[in-house]
Amino acid sequence: MKKKSKLKFQIISIISLIAFFAIWQLLTDVYRVIPSTMLPSPVKVLQTIGMKWSVKKPDGSTLPQHILASLQVSGLGFCLGAVIGVPLGVIMAWWEKADLSLKPVFDFVRTIPPIAWIPIMIVLLGIGVVAKASIVFLSAFIPCVINSYTGIKATKTVHIWVAQTFGGSKTRTLFKVAIPTALPYIFTGLKVSLNSSWGALVAAEMLGSASGLGYMIQMGRLLSRADLIVVGMIVIGIIGTILSAFLDSLEKIVVKGEVR
Amino acid sequence: MNKKVKVQVTDLTKRFGDLLVLDKVSFEVYEGEFLCIVGPTGCGKTTFLNSLTHLYEPTSGKILFNGEEVNLEKHNIAYIFQEYSAMEWLTVRQNVRFGLEIKKDYKNIDRKVDEALELVGLTKFAGYYPKQLSASMLQRVVIARAFATHPELLLMDEPYGQLDINLRFKLEDEVVRLCKQTNTTVIFITHNIEEAVYLGDRILVLTNKPTSIKEIIMDELPHPRDIAAPEFVEMRNRITDLIKWW
Repeated sequence: MKKKSKLKFQIISIISLIAFFAIWQLLTDVYRVIPSTMLPSPVKVLQTIGMKWSVKKPDGSTLPQHILASLQVSGLGFCLGAVIGVPLGVIMAWWEKADLSLKPVFDFVRTIPPIAWIPIMIVLLGIGVVAKASIVFLSAFIPCVINSYTGIKATKTVHIWVAQTFGGSKTRTLFKVAIPTALPYIFTGLKVSLNSSWGALVAAEMLGSASGLGYMIQMGRLLSRADLIVVGMIVIGIIGTILSAFLDSLEKIVVKGEVR
Repeated sequence: MNKKVKVQVTDLTKRFGDLLVLDKVSFEVYEGEFLCIVGPTGCGKTTFLNSLTHLYEPTSGKILFNGEEVNLEKHNIAYIFQEYSAMEWLTVRQNVRFGLEIKKDYKNIDRKVDEALELVGLTKFAGYYPKQLSASMLQRVVIARAFATHPELLLMDEPYGQLDINLRFKLEDEVVRLCKQTNTTVIFITHNIEEAVYLGDRILVLTNKPTSIKEIIMDELPHPRDIAAPEFVEMRNRITDLIKWW
């Protein structure tokens, strides 16, 4: 019964997707309600993807080169954000002294939007990978800290007590009780970070860059090539979906039972 | 008979701000003894156990275990809490292993876990997660977790409150048998006077807040106890009257 209903929803999803592209095609290429200079048809977008796969014109790089450049920057920034942000959130939530000393600084930094850092990063680090990765890092780091902090704080007192009465030290209780409790929150933080890091990446590439999907979108705007803009948007959407699906699968493997 | 003192509590006092909850409580628990603590609802029974284990830091007083200050990392103590405390991310088997793993007691760990699961009748459910279990099964998981560690001192805070009557009687008998067999010392909190008379070697009756000891009653009725026996009913009524006074 459940399988049947799942199949039904999958069919409905495919139909709605086809309908979306069909309406788009009708509005652009068939009835020309929207001019192609404003919104290219799906067919034109597919043609541009095919062309850009191997041609560097008009923006100086092929689509795979743009994708690789963006992935390199976002991967570096996101991984650093996660590797530093998650443990920092855990430490702040678990050890009161760390919380008291680090939280005021963190609360100050987190109120500054990552995009506001772009000018100073360009001045300090130029428009290379490091500058853009730093912007991505800031946008990924903050949700990682907040969510892991919240997750550790969500640990039930009775679970901590159970570990304590069995003689568990504070560190052992952290690893055996608090971190497993926090895992779903940590994964939520990683997913939010992933989204915000792509947003920051595109913004950083638009303002100062020589390659990347954000740069390609910006060039499309300057050259009045709406097809390049839409291609950039679609590729960002696809990469984002794949990375989110990867995190979802990883969460299913790592998070057992039902913590929340 | 010379009885060895396992737990010695002297002038245990606990305040939460201006509220005095425990007022200079003093008593001893002997090795292998099953001590039941009864008192009116909200009198501070749980605070009492939590202070005993330093989960709540006592305001003043002394708690000795085997003649030393209570040290949870050193002493083999298990505590079965009133609320559900099974870890949701662990299977039943992993939950029962939890205490042993925390204690880093890996010797014969699988055998100990199997025995504990057998004791509470959850062998068939070893691979299940807590969300798949009923309320009574969840409570059996935490009982098994405590017993798997073979504690010297077992603290139980109304552990059978969520169980149906048949299962409660079965587990009560089983726990008494096991504690006697392993010479485990038990401090058992309940608001059910019948349960206290059924299980205890001694019954400690608490007053209302600020909590102190009203009376300590010897319960020397022979095991297995008959809840309909005149001596049983007499003792139950005597304790009920004591609590009625407040």
